[in-house]
Amino acid sequence: MRVLGGRVSIQHLCARSMSIHAPRIRWSRGRTKPADEDLQLLMRLRDGDERAFVMLVNKHHDPMLRLARTFVHSHAVAEEVVQETWVGVLRGIDRFEGRSSLRTWLLAILVNRARSAGVREARSVAASDSEGFVAAVDASRFDSTGAWSSPPEQWVDDLEERMGARALRDQILEALVQMPERQRAVVMLRDVDGLRSDEVCHVLELTAANERVLLHRGRSRLRQALEDRIGVAGV
Amino acid sequence: MRLFAPAEIPCQQVVEMISDYLEGALPARDRRRLEHHLAGCPHCSAYLAQMRETLRLTGRLVPEDLSPEMQGEFSDVYRRWRSEQ
Repeated sequence: MRVLGGRVSIQHLCARSMSIHAPRIRWSRGRTKPADEDLQLLMRLRDGDERAFVMLVNKHHDPMLRLARTFVHSHAVAEEVVQETWVGVLRGIDRFEGRSSLRTWLLAILVNRARSAGVREARSVAASDSEGFVAAVDASRFDSTGAWSSPPEQWVDDLEERMGARALRDQILEALVQMPERQRAVVMLRDVDGLRSDEVCHVLELTAANERVLLHRGRSRLRQALEDRIGVAGV
Repeated sequence: MRLFAPAEIPCQQVVEMISDYLEGALPARDRRRLEHHLAGCPHCSAYLAQMRETLRLTGRLVPEDLSPEMQGEFSDVYRRWRSEQ
């Protein structure tokens, strides 16, 4: 699945050469910790192991591209930002001291690149907050005391059986695309990529309070999108 | 003793606290009030379950693997860097 992805072209960086078929990496929860895997790959990379680099790229490219897309409108420019980030990572690899996870370090570099490249001014948190208070659930569903007048229906237990995994996935993706960019970046990093809250704050330079507001709004939208879909389907 | 009974939170406010609750970011007093409300409100409990299910489904989105072509292109980036060393 590719959320906002595409194909990277780096012909302007270097001429094509033979391709290397490194093993593909799936995010494997419950086995070696991702952070440990990263450190092992990093050590191999420092030792000159090209396959380790490809494996690192393989593992982190999609989250990086998706995050870049929250700062730039053009997909091509986002790809350039990601490529520049990897070049910067290689050049600065000896400066990584392991105080944050490698992933956090990579994403922080990417955000700096996206901003300093001047391809587009990053929207500030204040900008996304400027949409004002957005209720998690429409006020019309509560009575004057704040109690539910149109309560949520019970649809959790057999949602997937009734709707189908693909329809659910598509609905979530559509809702993500429709989100304001900062919200999407926070939800992607926290709920899709699984960064800790403090890592999300570090990468996006957010205060903890702002991160939680954006996360709350984004998650509320996703839940509402699923509920809407169920309503349309008449389930 | 009403003075020490937890103040009731209306459902409309509960839904605004759910994400922070799931993040473990609510102050202890608010968390207790929220849990007290949830214990007696099936609608807000249903909402919480829906939010948990939403997060579970969102967390299942995984990045697509890089194509062999892209892997080759990034190999070029690496070789270029090595040649600069």
